[in-house]
Parts: sequence; structure tokens; C-alpha cells
Amino acid sequence: MRRITLRIGELLAVLLVVSFGVFAMVTLMPGDPAVAILGEGHPKHEYAELRDQMGLNDPLLTRYWDWLSGAVRGDLGTSLVPPQGDVTERILGALPVSVELAVLGLLIALVLAIPLALWSAAHAGGTIDRMISATMFATLSIPSFLAGLLLIMIFANGLGWFPRAQWVRLSESIPGNVHHALLPAIVIAMMELALFTRILRNDLIVTLSEDYILAARAKGMPPWRIMIGDALRPSSFSLVTLMGISLGRLIGSTVIVEYLFALPGMGSMIVTSANQGDFPLVQGAVLVIALVYVVVNAGIDLSYGYLDPRTRRVHA
Amino acid sequence: MNQDNDLVLEVRDVRTTFLTPRGPVRAVDGVSMSLRAGETLGIVGESGSGKSVLGRTVMGLVSNSPTTTVTGECLIDGRDVHTLKPNQRRQLWGPEVAMVFQDPMTSLNPVKRVGRHITEALRLHLGVGKKEAHDRAVELLRQVSIPEPVRRMTQYPHELSGGMRQRVVIAMALACDPKLLIADEPTTALDVTVQKQILDLLASLATERNMATILISHDLGAVEGRTDRVAVMYAGRTVETSRTSRVFNNPVHPYADALLASIPRIADDPHTVLRAIDGSPPNMLNPPDGCRFAPRCRFAVDRCREESPELRDLADGTDDTHLGACHFPLLPARQEVG
Amino acid sequence: MPSDKFRADKTKRTRTLVLGGAMLVVGLALMVFGWSTPTLVLAAKAVLVLGGVALVFQGISRLVVAIRGKRIDLLFTLAMIWLVGLCIVALLAPLLPLGEHNDVAKTLLEPTNMSPKLLTDHPLGTNNQGLDMLSRSIHGARTSLMISLLAVSIGTVVGGSIGVIAGYFRKGTDSVIGIFTNAVLAVPPLILLIALSTFLDPSLRNMAFALSLLTIPSMVRLARANTIAFAQREFVMAARLMGANRFRVMARELVPNVILPVFSMAVVMISALIVAEASLSFLGLGIQQPDPTWGNMVAEGEGGAMEDYPHIVLVPGAFLFLTVFAFNLLGEKAQQRWDTRSAKL
Repeated sequence: MRRITLRIGELLAVLLVVSFGVFAMVTLMPGDPAVAILGEGHPKHEYAELRDQMGLNDPLLTRYWDWLSGAVRGDLGTSLVPPQGDVTERILGALPVSVELAVLGLLIALVLAIPLALWSAAHAGGTIDRMISATMFATLSIPSFLAGLLLIMIFANGLGWFPRAQWVRLSESIPGNVHHALLPAIVIAMMELALFTRILRNDLIVTLSEDYILAARAKGMPPWRIMIGDALRPSSFSLVTLMGISLGRLIGSTVIVEYLFALPGMGSMIVTSANQGDFPLVQGAVLVIALVYVVVNAGIDLSYGYLDPRTRRVHA
Repeated sequence: MNQDNDLVLEVRDVRTTFLTPRGPVRAVDGVSMSLRAGETLGIVGESGSGKSVLGRTVMGLVSNSPTTTVTGECLIDGRDVHTLKPNQRRQLWGPEVAMVFQDPMTSLNPVKRVGRHITEALRLHLGVGKKEAHDRAVELLRQVSIPEPVRRMTQYPHELSGGMRQRVVIAMALACDPKLLIADEPTTALDVTVQKQILDLLASLATERNMATILISHDLGAVEGRTDRVAVMYAGRTVETSRTSRVFNNPVHPYADALLASIPRIADDPHTVLRAIDGSPPNMLNPPDGCRFAPRCRFAVDRCREESPELRDLADGTDDTHLGACHFPLLPARQEVG
Repeated sequence: MPSDKFRADKTKRTRTLVLGGAMLVVGLALMVFGWSTPTLVLAAKAVLVLGGVALVFQGISRLVVAIRGKRIDLLFTLAMIWLVGLCIVALLAPLLPLGEHNDVAKTLLEPTNMSPKLLTDHPLGTNNQGLDMLSRSIHGARTSLMISLLAVSIGTVVGGSIGVIAGYFRKGTDSVIGIFTNAVLAVPPLILLIALSTFLDPSLRNMAFALSLLTIPSMVRLARANTIAFAQREFVMAARLMGANRFRVMARELVPNVILPVFSMAVVMISALIVAEASLSFLGLGIQQPDPTWGNMVAEGEGGAMEDYPHIVLVPGAFLFLTVFAFNLLGEKAQQRWDTRSAKL
């Protein structure tokens, strides 16, 4: 119990530092937000009034406190650039798109990586294993914007199988949504697939040399049952750790893919607003992403208990 | 012929070679043996003598693959494990032959409950239902003297002590009532106090079930009194084999003699000097010509270094055979001199 | 016996030699055919060229085995040749007789969007403003390598020192440093970069600074973990008992042991930084046009250009891929050798 309290305290401290960092960046931003809102050519006092009205003349800590207390209540301020509007609302509109893409990408990667890794590990050293390993290693070296462009070139523009620059919400039509989300999700999945396959294959090979695998064979269990029933779970610890680490990259590739496919998610929003200097939106979006990231990582920590009974607390 | 029918295991001139990056290693080099129902054979030797590989080869756990070559015959219940198809071989593992491994810390899957280790074999080979498998597993745990077997079923291996885990491993091996049990150093990883219990348990289970047992050990004390026959291995070969008491009382091979002299016995006078065997086992990448023990043998002459001794019967007119592979087997007179 | 073995070896060698040569020739032929046959669709071309590359690769490795009598890691050798070559060319770029890379005024008369043609003034073609793709790619390499190497150096020195301090002093220092590293790690790398780009001028120096911020937390963690592991060892205890002060212990006993894993991590990070820099430039938040980087060169292909002129994307893409691939290989080797513990992740 004490460990959990400590952990939560640490999480809060981290989030506090992040939020302050995110907020403080704005003061370093060049240009005058008042000019950004009103446009050029207004009399000077108008800008000054607006700055005053926005609280930009208050000390940094006061402004941070105002912003943070607003953020805790779910109010992240107002966007500066048209279409102006409530930042929280904009984020809530964009978040589902990004989450769907990321989750779909992750699922595709896992669904393909597990059988590939199982097969590769069971036939370690064979031709196909070596081919899979080489392909995965090469895939790791393709940045997602490049992979995305190439896939768009082939499948969207060349073959015309998938649309681009359109989005159908999950609530409107499920097949339509999948049709629009699939190619972006595949791009997101590529890098993760390569990483997952590599790490799982290597861990499986280590696990397969364990005595309990020999013991399972000696019981006459069929090979595929040994792979799935005995080897997979003890081999998945690194994979789970990796999923936590790679979540950051996953979010990164989601941003790039959204930008590439012009999808209305957090990524395109953040890139556009960064280009336009729309700081409340950047602040809010970064904060939300950091929150999601930290919480998911904490969840992954907890999942070790399920995977490895040895780390569970014994209450006997 | 009638006698041959109850042969549970027959091994003829089996050789196991591993291809390693540094060259081929012949871990088992021409071993033959046979075992009847209810009979117990001890295989002793230093680590690296090939005894564990022999155990796995006999069972077919080590079989032909790109990096492994097995020749010779290993007949379990009349069927050669190395010519069977993989799925036929798997059908032997469990109902015909089973193995108890060395280290119970590593031979149980850390993420599987104790119960499933036993029930999955039962369900696979005997096709029994979930409930019956559970009941049988509980009964097996009871037979290997695990207290509170019902509660143990849902525990994970790490919640059990080493001795308890090894009992689970034994229960797992016995699940499908095998005719042959191969115990590969079953007590090496355990506390001294627990070792005897486990060995006695194995012996009594073998008697109850009329099960043939191979007890592989580097500990001569573990084999003495619990086996009918014993085979001494050195560098992949059998150097001596006979009835256990004969080997212990009258070893004919200098290696067996030296091995026996290196263990303390209660019957010895206090302050008896224990003899260690000089030198170390040969490098199996490049074993010596002739007798492999020659470089370490006190009695070795030129012939030993040139000509490899055959395994031959050295028993003097008694009913038992006493095979030894030595040009100059030890005679009682020489033993006293030595 | 020996002569027999020798003869067997010799015939085997000849066979490998012939086979390797044949594979090389067929592979080259496939590549040239695939590349130069205009009637083929792109997919068929790609298959032919890739097959050719694979065959050539196998052929060369067989030839090497036959001639030198032992295997070499051909892929690694080629990767290192690429890296060394790229570094040299990038360093010497201003001195080389390359085409124009960023001054549009000078290319008014050059052909625009020219496809790659070897043995012309523009072996890798030109972009929509007539700028030479080869020259731009090499200048891009200059920027890319400079930024990522600078960033890695800053990150290694700063992060490594902070990590050793945290691992050695533990307690409060460690907790404070821990919260700050976790805070930086709590923001996904690309998001952090985008956020930084809102107020940083996209200059080379600022890009290196921003990227170094990404490397610091992981370096801190690695150096800290290694320091803690070593600080408990006997030789460190012995040095302390002999009266060495804390900084002497850190500098003399700990740093030399921590430096190898940290260094191998640095090698691994280079490729990630190259990708990060390219991604940022691709999003228009990094180095700005007309100065070339691989990222903003790829971005030129967006919005229709790449359908008609695939080389606009493929040329910088290939440079990027090959470089990242080579650094990944190097990083893997470095981790296998110097840091077996984290080699798995």
C-alpha cells in the first residue's frame, strides 16, 4: 500500500514538473499573442489592453497557477487562431481519432508479431527465420513518415485501395471508419511490429532453452502447445516493458501519420498549432498527451503482476 | 525369448554427437544397456561424462537435428525412439517413459500453477476430463507425500520449497504411469537433508509400480543400496557395469576404484585420507586415443594410450556378469597394493 | 588424409567461386534490367532490383569466402563503408564539384524535376527548382550528421555526469534528478520536439540542443543504474576506505566503468536522433527550405510531386534509410560488445 502511495506521489510530482515546463515554454515563445489574436495594424493600446485582459502581465507563477487550476477543472483556455474555440473541446474532438489510430496500430503489430516471433523462434537459424529477422531489422530503419509516404504512393495513389485526407468517425460507420483508419494504422504498426517481433523472438529463444520447456517436451506436449502454453508468457516480460518504452514512439508516429494523411487527430492539431504559434492549444495538447502517457505506463507496471506470479504479493 | 518380453529398455551401441562451432563433440560414444520392469540401474560418473546426455538420448529428447547426430538403437517397449515420427515419439513420453530433472527450481514453469503441470499431461495422454484430471493430480501429489495436496494445486512453483517442488516434478513424471522413469540427478540441487527423502521416495514408488528406473547421479552414495545394477561412465563410454554390490565391493576399472575411494564411508576408520582423482576429464572435442582414462590412471602403460580397451566380462565364473573396459583390470591383490 | 581434405576443400572452393561469380553477374543483370526497362510497372521494377541486390550480395559474400577462406560480416562491412564514405563526403561537401544545393537563383537554366540519370551533371536528378539532388542529399547529410552527433555528444556528457552523480549520492539528489528525468520522459520525444520548436528558432545549434534534451534522460538512467551496480563493488569500497574523496572515486573508479555502456547507448541513439531530426524537418518544424535536410527534401514530394517524380522522395529517402540502417547495425554491434545487459532492449 505504501509503495502505491509513493508511486502516485511520484506521478503527481512528475506531472507537476511537466505542466510547469509546458507552461513556461510559452513565455519563451517569440512574438506577441495579442498580435496573433488581433492581427497587425491595430492601435498599441488595444494590444496592451488585451494582454492585460489575458493576464499576460501577471508574474509567471500567478499565471501558471491560474492555468493549472483551470486545467484541473478541465478548462484549458481558448485557442488563439481561427477556428478559435475552447481548447478542451478541440482536444476532446481530436483525441478519439488519435487513440483509435494508435490502438489499431498496436493491435495490428501485436497480432502479427506474436505468430511471427513464435514461428521464428521455433525455427531459429533457419532460412525463413533469418529472412524475417533481416526484414524486421530493415523495417526498423525506415522512419514512419517515409514508410507512410511510400505506402500512400503504392496503395492510396497507385492502386487506389485506400482513401487519403478523409476521415469517417467510428460512430458514423464502422466499415467506413476501418477503411479510412487501416492504412494509417498499418504505417503506425510497421515500426512496432519490427520491434515486437525482434524482442519477442529473442526472448522466446532464451525461454526455449529453459529446463521447464524440456520438461514440457518430456511430458509429450505437442510443439505448438509448448510454444503458446509454456514459452509465450514467460517470454513476454520484455515485450511489455518495451510497449511502455515504445508508447512514446507510437504517439510520435501517430502524429506523423495524422499529418501525412491529414486526419483530424491530436497530431495534426498539434503540428498545425505549433506552426501557427497557437500556444494554449499546444500547451493543452502536450499536457493531455503527457497525462495519457504517464497513466498508461503506470498501468503497464501493474500488468507485470498478472504476467509474472513471482512479483505478486503473497497474502497467505 | 520369454525373458526378452519384459525388457522395458534396450540400448545398443548408441552414440550422440553434437556439432559445435569448435568441432564435433561425441558426448555419448557407444553405450549399450538394457533394463527390465521393476529393475533399477544407476549411472554414475563425473560431470561431463555424458551421463545426462545419455539419459536424454535414451528417451529421444535428443534426436537427429542439423546440429545433432544420434546413431545406434534405443528401444523403448520394442520401438526405436529415433526412427519414430515426432508425434509417435511424443506418445511414448508420458505413458511409456518419463523424466525427473535435476533442478526443480528451473524445471517447473514459473507462470503455471502446480496443478496444471500435472493435469495437462493427464488430459493429453489419457484424455480424461477436467474434473477427473484434477482428482488424479491430487491423488498423485498425495502419493509423493505432499501435504495439503488440494491447496497446492492452485499454488505457483515459487511458493513451494525445493524439496516440495521436486516432489511435484516426480508427480508430473508419474502422471501417466510410465514403465520407465529416468531420474537425471534428481537430488543434486536439493538440501542434503531432503536428498535422502527424495531418493527413498523414488525407490518406493518404483517398487510399488513395478517401474524400471534409471538413476543418473554423480553421487555414488545416492546409488548404493537403491539400485540393482550400476554403470560407471567416463568420457562418453561405459567403463564398468555390474550388480551394484559387486561394483562397490570389487571395482575392476581403476576409474571406478578411484571414484569409490574419493567418497567418505561411515565404515572407514576416522582420519582415513580421501583420495582425489588427479587431473580432469578429457576435452571431448579432442579425446585421447586409447583408453580415455589413461592420462589420469595410476597404472597406465603404453598399451593403454594406444589401444582402446573393449568392454568385456571380467567376472570369474560367477553367475553375474561384471563388464569392465580395461586392459589390466584390478584384481583384489592389486587393489590392496594400490 | 590431409591431401584428400585439401582436394575436397579446393573443389568446394572452386564451386563456391563459380557460384558466387554467377550470382553476382545474374544479380547485376537483374538490377540493370529492372532499373532501365521503361515498360515495367514500378512494382515489377522494385522486385527485380531487390532480387538483383540480394543475388549480388550473396554472390559477393560467396566470392569473399572462396578467396579469403573465411566468412566476413559483409553487411556490416558495407554499412561501415557507407558511413565512412558519407562522413567524408559530408565533411568535404563545400569543396566537392557538386551541383547547386540551395541557391535557386543559380539554377534558372537547369532542368527541373529531372529523373536520375547516371553520367550526367545530375546523377540523382533535380528537384522542382532545378537544384541538384545529389548535392542536396550530401548537404542534407552534413546537416543531419552534424546535428545528431552534436546532440549525442551533449547528451552523453551532460546525461552521463548527472547519472553518475545521481547513482553515487542516491538519497535526495537522486530523487530530485529522478523526478526531472521522469518529467522529460513523460512527454513523448516527438511531442517534446514539436513543443520546443514553437519557441526555438530552427537553427542548427538549436536543433542540436533540442535533440540533446531527448537523449539526456535515458543517459541519466543508464549511467545511474551502472553507477549503482559498480558503487557496491569491492574496488570502489577499497578506494573509499583508502581515503579517496567522492569526486576522485567518481572520476577514477566509476566513470571508466560506466563509460562503455553509455558510449554504446550513444551509438544506438544516433540513428534515433537522425530519424527525429528528419521527422521534424518533414513536418516543417526543423531546418527550413531552401537549406536541404533529408526530412524537408522528402516533404517536397508531398502534394502531388511524388506521383509524377518519385525520385524526389526516393533519393533522400534512400540516403536516410541507408544511414539509419548502418547506424542501427553499428549500434547493435556496440551494445553486444560493451553493454550486454541492455542489449536486449
